[in-house]
Amino acid sequence: MYKPNDLILRTTTSLIAFILLGFSIYLLFAGHNSPGGGFIGGLMTSAAIVLMYMAYGAAVLEKVLPINYRTMIPIGLLLAAGTGVGAFLFQQPFLSHTFDYFYFPILGELELATAMLFDLGVYLTVLGVTITIILSIAEDR
Amino acid sequence: MIFTVLIPLLLACFIPFISRFKQKIHTGVFVFFVPFAIFLYFIQFTGTGFESIQHTYNWIPSLGINLDFHLDGLSLLFALLISGIGALVVLYSIYYLDRSENLGHFYVYLLMFMSAMLGIVLSDNVFVLYTFWELTSISSFLLIGYWHFKEKSRYGALKSMMITIFGGLSMFGGFILLSVISGTTSIQVMIANADMILNHPYMPLALGFILLGAFTKSAQFPFHIWLPDAMEAPTPVSAYLHSATMVKAGLYLVARFSPVFADFEWFFIIVSLAGIITLCWASYMAVHQTDLKAILAFSTVSQLGMIMAMLGFGTKAAVFAAVFHILNHATFKGSLFMVAGTVDHETGTRDIRKLGGLFTFMPITATLALFGTFSMAGIPLPFLNGFYSKELFFDSTLDLREGMNATASFLAEAIPYLAVFGSIFTFVYSLYFLFGTFGGKTQVDKLAKKPHEAPFGMLISPAILVLGVILIGLFPNAFNGTFIAHAAEAVYGGDIVKDIHFWHGWDSTAFQMSLAVVGLGAILAVTRTKWNGVYQVLPGTWSVNKVYNSFMEKLDIYSRKMTTFYMTGSLRLYMALILSTILIVTAGFMLATNGFTIDFSNLAPVSIIEVAVVLVIIAAAIGTVFAKKNLAAILIVGVAGYGVALLFVIYRAPDLALTQLVVETVSVALFLLCFYHLPNLKKRNDPLRTKMTNAIISVGFGAMVTLIGISAHSSDWFGTISDYFLETSYKLGGGNNVVNVILVDMRGLDTLFEIAVLGIAALAIYTLIKFKTDKGGK
Repeated sequence: MYKPNDLILRTTTSLIAFILLGFSIYLLFAGHNSPGGGFIGGLMTSAAIVLMYMAYGAAVLEKVLPINYRTMIPIGLLLAAGTGVGAFLFQQPFLSHTFDYFYFPILGELELATAMLFDLGVYLTVLGVTITIILSIAEDR
Repeated sequence: MIFTVLIPLLLACFIPFISRFKQKIHTGVFVFFVPFAIFLYFIQFTGTGFESIQHTYNWIPSLGINLDFHLDGLSLLFALLISGIGALVVLYSIYYLDRSENLGHFYVYLLMFMSAMLGIVLSDNVFVLYTFWELTSISSFLLIGYWHFKEKSRYGALKSMMITIFGGLSMFGGFILLSVISGTTSIQVMIANADMILNHPYMPLALGFILLGAFTKSAQFPFHIWLPDAMEAPTPVSAYLHSATMVKAGLYLVARFSPVFADFEWFFIIVSLAGIITLCWASYMAVHQTDLKAILAFSTVSQLGMIMAMLGFGTKAAVFAAVFHILNHATFKGSLFMVAGTVDHETGTRDIRKLGGLFTFMPITATLALFGTFSMAGIPLPFLNGFYSKELFFDSTLDLREGMNATASFLAEAIPYLAVFGSIFTFVYSLYFLFGTFGGKTQVDKLAKKPHEAPFGMLISPAILVLGVILIGLFPNAFNGTFIAHAAEAVYGGDIVKDIHFWHGWDSTAFQMSLAVVGLGAILAVTRTKWNGVYQVLPGTWSVNKVYNSFMEKLDIYSRKMTTFYMTGSLRLYMALILSTILIVTAGFMLATNGFTIDFSNLAPVSIIEVAVVLVIIAAAIGTVFAKKNLAAILIVGVAGYGVALLFVIYRAPDLALTQLVVETVSVALFLLCFYHLPNLKKRNDPLRTKMTNAIISVGFGAMVTLIGISAHSSDWFGTISDYFLETSYKLGGGNNVVNVILVDMRGLDTLFEIAVLGIAALAIYTLIKFKTDKGGK
């Protein structure tokens, strides 16, 4: 069987994957105030994971990130729907969001919004969806 | 009164349990008491001083549809016929149907039919009437197809179903129109407001629809064809449904509505013309039938035509004669059907060519047949009711209303001659029926069984009916005073007191007509065999049945052709149809409403870089269409996608640009994956015509969408709500990224379902790939 020597690919991947992951987390959290958000953040994270998959293969990927991506879809959906349902606790209509500014010991004053939780749900769903699609197609023989 | 309608239905629910005992007791014994009790109930209303009764039970009050029942003279006559002959038919069927038959089914259908028929004649509400009307169609369908293992039964049942349901639906349309015109659903109220209905422009349409229903049900020309084929039903069914009750439903309908429509001159023309044509055609057709029941079927059709014609005349005498003949026909035709069934039962055949000389074997049956046929033929004997009504019929043809227009007066001139013509053939087939079966030589060797007299029980019912024939013949005025006159008054809407006399004197024209019928009829009957050739010539290949059969066949063929024409299974064709439909409908609508407006006053300035990007996208789009290889096409599509992302950048939509970039990359990758796995398909080589059509449709569609886009932009009627978003994004949403705040906060619900869509898509792909079955279909 053809066995490529992909040392360069693997080395760069282990570097770039972290940068990609970091960037995707940034996109997720920055989404409220600058371009980005759950959707693009999720896509970027999956790009990093796909890169790792291409460089190292399915076995290694499963060892490094032992995650069942399919379960992320319902988790994400539940989270997104849950933030909507949560509004009921405060006698508010479905999907009402609120935000406030809090003081954190190290980080200083920060804005925390419930919309962030919703975006996190979007993020998890998109991540689960893309990886599920790509991996199941890739593993199809 | 409602209970008389519902009791048969209620009993029908218990028949399946009762019929379990059929090995010991015939199910019909239990059934018999129901119509008999109903008959006794209705007989109490007969008498000289009769007032109509009205009962109402709420059903759907909000629509004005209630179970309104109205008993007047006409309803009473029909109710007595239905219950009385119903009881006799049940009695007859006890002896006719063997206990090995599926009796449960038979009596359930029969009781259903009885309920429906009583419902028709007692309903005062047009929609309730329609409900029962369709129930008779359905139960009659079931009864005709009772021996469902015979192909001819199924054919006859289907045919009668098609024709009567066709008529029923058109009648329904007529009823809707009527209730819209008059603003009520009650027949009595409509009759009271007849003037208003007569002057309404929709009235002819309503009349036409209702008459279509009546003509199909009462087997008028050319809708008579279902009745001869319905003779495949068991004989009690033929006797009950196809002589005495169901086929008279149409007559009932015409009679019931004639107070409303009788003053409309086309009512006279249509109804009496249809009736008289039916009378002549069917009596002529009956002469050369060879099956006993077929003779009776055509005879029924012609008698119905005669009654219909009289209802169409609408004069006092004609209405009275029509109502009288309804009663007379029910008595003698019921008995004749039972006689035919008895002959069939005892000899094993109904073919008149094999029968003959049965008088010595079956004297009682033959005597009953003699009275029935003589009454049907209208032979002038003072104890046969058929003669009275036929004479009244002739009488009424001579005294028609003054013709209001040329057609009507011409018709009025012709009717007496046609009436005599039809009656001559009535005479001929009546004698043919009697002497063909019971007279002449016996052909015992041709019969399946050795003929013998029928069992006593089988003779009771026809004997009672023949007794009715004679009693009405002897004492017509006793019946007249108690209920016939009431019925005629209900139809005519005025006083009818008419004595019935046997003798009108030699100089009476009607009597001379009767004599002519008897004389000419006797000559034709004696020389019947000599005319056989002539009888075969006229109907020959020219029959309504042929039209019906070829119509049904063609309907089948052409609908299949139509379906295969556009349902080719080719997705390309469907796509072309869908797109061109959208194109035509949308563009047509825009053109019709003058919707295309082009206004360039409100445009933003165009920069050179935008032009460059758009040119690249256009080039890519054109390249995709003309690319020779699939791989090239995919990559060029990618170019267009990245171009769009660049446009997003130019138009300052960073979120969109980011997403578009990533999504475009993923979809190009997926395209390539598909392409890699595709089998080596041959390139389509469409003919130039298809290519041109596709080009026209796609260019047209694109042009239309472009025009609509420009028009939408040009007619910016309402302001935008984006100002609100820009203003409140930070204040209320706590974010500076307006797009994101809209997505997760202001319009979060859309996003929620979009990610749900993504999740479903992912799970679907996963399922498709992981859980595919093998080719064997595991």
